[in-house]
Amino acid sequence: MDKSPKASHWNDSKESWGKYPKTEAVVCSLKSRSQKISDAIPLGQEELSYLAYGQGRSYGDSCLNDHNLLILTEKLNHFIELNPETGVIKVEAGLTLKEVLDHVVPRGWFLPVVPGTQFVTIGGAIANDIHGKNHHVAGTFGCHIKSLELVRSDGTQRICSPHQNEDWFRATIGGLGLTGIITWAEIQLKKIACPWISRETLRFHHLDQFFEYTLDSDSKFEYTVGWLDCLSQGAQLGRGVFFRGNHLLLKEASEIKSKKEKIKTFPFNAPEFLLNRFSMKAFNSLYYHTHPSKKAELVHYRPFFFPLDGINHWNRLYGKRGFFQYQCVVPFEGTQSPIYRMIETFAKSGLGSFLTVIKTFGKVSSPGILSFPRPGVTLTLDVPNEGKKTLRVLESLDEMVMDAGGRVYPAKDARMSKESFKKYFPERVEFEKFKDPHFSSSFWRRVT
Amino acid sequence: MKMLIFGATSAIAEAVARKVAYDHGDLFLVGRNSETLDLMAQDLSVRGAGRVGKANGDLTHLEKFTEWVESAAHFMKGIDVILIAHGSLGEQKELEKNSDLAFDIFNVNFISAALLAETSARYLEKGGRGVIAVIGSVAGDRGRQSNYYYGSAKAGLECFLQGLRNRLFPLGVRVLTIKPGFVSTPMTAHLKQNFLFAKPEVVATGILKAIRNHKDVVYLPWFWRWIMCVIQSIPEILFKRLKL
Ligand SMILES: Cc1cc2nc3c(=O)[nH]c(=O)nc-3n(C[C@H](O)[C@H](O)[C@H](O)COP(=O)(O)OP(=O)(O)OC[C@H]3O[C@@H](n4cnc5c(N)ncnc54)[C@H](O)[C@@H]3O)c2cc1C
Ligand SMILES: NC(=O)c1ccc[n+]([C@@H]2O[C@H](COP(=O)([O-])OP(=O)(O)OC[C@H]3O[C@@H](n4cnc5c(N)ncnc54)[C@H](OP(=O)(O)O)[C@@H]3O)[C@@H](O)[C@H]2O)c1
Repeated sequence: MDKSPKASHWNDSKESWGKYPKTEAVVCSLKSRSQKISDAIPLGQEELSYLAYGQGRSYGDSCLNDHNLLILTEKLNHFIELNPETGVIKVEAGLTLKEVLDHVVPRGWFLPVVPGTQFVTIGGAIANDIHGKNHHVAGTFGCHIKSLELVRSDGTQRICSPHQNEDWFRATIGGLGLTGIITWAEIQLKKIACPWISRETLRFHHLDQFFEYTLDSDSKFEYTVGWLDCLSQGAQLGRGVFFRGNHLLLKEASEIKSKKEKIKTFPFNAPEFLLNRFSMKAFNSLYYHTHPSKKAELVHYRPFFFPLDGINHWNRLYGKRGFFQYQCVVPFEGTQSPIYRMIETFAKSGLGSFLTVIKTFGKVSSPGILSFPRPGVTLTLDVPNEGKKTLRVLESLDEMVMDAGGRVYPAKDARMSKESFKKYFPERVEFEKFKDPHFSSSFWRRVT
Repeated sequence: MKMLIFGATSAIAEAVARKVAYDHGDLFLVGRNSETLDLMAQDLSVRGAGRVGKANGDLTHLEKFTEWVESAAHFMKGIDVILIAHGSLGEQKELEKNSDLAFDIFNVNFISAALLAETSARYLEKGGRGVIAVIGSVAGDRGRQSNYYYGSAKAGLECFLQGLRNRLFPLGVRVLTIKPGFVSTPMTAHLKQNFLFAKPEVVATGILKAIRNHKDVVYLPWFWRWIMCVIQSIPEILFKRLKL
């Protein structure tokens, strides 16, 4: 009984979180961590290129493989071992961070690094070597991986760690899924006393003040991040809200009752006319003004780390044309930072963004060859897709990033050019030796 | 809770097992894929299960039934719930042409499940308590040209369970018939998914709730009861003309 589609018969149009670009692919799935890749591929599809697909929480096309094959990892969702003494957890790569956190938090452990959503898989977190609000002290997710298993299209399996198959380890962390499939990983968790975070919220009226806050806070707070009103200019250029926090150390605090979370769902793709400069300006201004100039409180880790997870499908807000996320890092140069010019350019461009995030990256370096973070300042913009106009503005930002010796995050990218990628990631040459010849992605074909 | 699961590697059964593990229950898993049973057992232990035991074998091997129930009872020091979850959809068009395949479909979905339920009853009735929960299907509510082999096996199973429930009621053992609609599992992976498909986790929650609430029959999700009510009410004279 052969139900495999023909190569001309794409059975799925998986999306990334940005809903752009639209692609078609043959989709299959790895049934267990011991299944060979070749046994998962539907008959007659062997000639296509392969790519693992986690939860599609990347924004652009790094998790897509247009007119080729995607291998879902959702069935690799088993826990393997948790050592309650050392906090080392071994899990299959298709488990989401949410499933891991739900399990380990009540046992007094936390993931060493978490992104802005808990709906990403362990495999995706490794392949993009994700960073969180604690990059300035903890580095990336990959810094906390004790070992992982990599399976390749030629049927080989390798256990990789900083001490074993080290070069494969370095290539796979931040390797954009191109070195093969990660089936499981061992992660060093971090000890916590309770699920609560003590958070301080501080409003800053100008980007200068953000830099003051972050310089002052990065040594005292494990988690720091700023939200920017990207549309205010002049004396209020780069005003925003600064959040900083630490895990609460009190054990008794686990008794605090948290409100039952209500998850809402964004019901449909928003019509495009709702997304205009006025609505964005109003939103940005409102967000700024509704935050108190200073406040300290206890919050549960979920709203602290994953505020957007409270609304399912919030990406529909940007309509069916989808949106771009632009994340760059530039070297830290204080008030000389190119970030000033970038925000100014963006504010004047006529585009808007609901969610502009700024954070300093620290010096902890990742083992990953292609890993994105570098010491400096990282800026992230959500930009609705308005076609050519949007692309032009983002290209002008690219030029500033390039001049400053910075780089753009592939996990969020759907548009950088070959030339930019080459400049941003000279490590590509070293990386390519480890790429699985059978693996590719829409992103990879675009930038190489 | 101490739960024995037949067909433990089924996606729905695994979702149930995870919830039992979360509440620190004990589990005994029976299935034919030993590798999957091993990784499930590991997973369930990490998730918080008390004891997790397993036995490996084809569920059409009648001669093993008693041994499995007894090992489970011995391993967990008793049994509260026995979940019978295995099943196989088959390919209707092939079944129409091949009686051997058709026999297997009846065997897995009806004979094996019914006789496992009876074996379970023989053990539980001695203690005068416990629940036998069996996964049937809405497909058993009306014969349709697209899957009447599978459907009739599930219909037979339902009738069998009615009788068993009737027999066990005075003995203190309860029988739950679970009738899921479409669930996104390997069994339905080849079908185009639509809004009617439920996640195994949702069905699992419904199963455990029905067990707790002493239900006899449960449709999961609940709206299938009304869908099937409509389908059952169509007069045969009309129904036979439909392409269902
Ligand atoms: C709301 C939101 C907030 C975010 N915040 C942050 C943030 O703060 N910091 C940050 O760094 N990122 C952030 N991201 C991006 C996200 O963390 C990454 O894109 C992540 O990699 C997505 O994981 P995924 O499981 O969805 O993987 P996918 O998007 O499906 O895939 C990502 C890549 O991983 C590869 N991959 C997936 N599984 C495997 C596997 N088992 N083996 C090998 N390769 C695999 C894929 O091939 C692909 O290249 C955010 C995303 C969203 C939607
Ligand atoms: N999915 C639906 O839409 C749906 C709807 C209504 C009812 N159901 C019922 O729900 C139950 C669970 O199915 P599922 O949806 O979870 O699908 P599934 O994951 O495919 O599970 C079916 C299970 O039955 C096992 N099995 C089949 N024949 C067997 C045999 N001879 N011996 C041992 N094990 C055998 C399979 O084992 P292997 O893994 O080793 O093959 C598999 O674990 C079944 O009774 C099914 O009829 C499902």
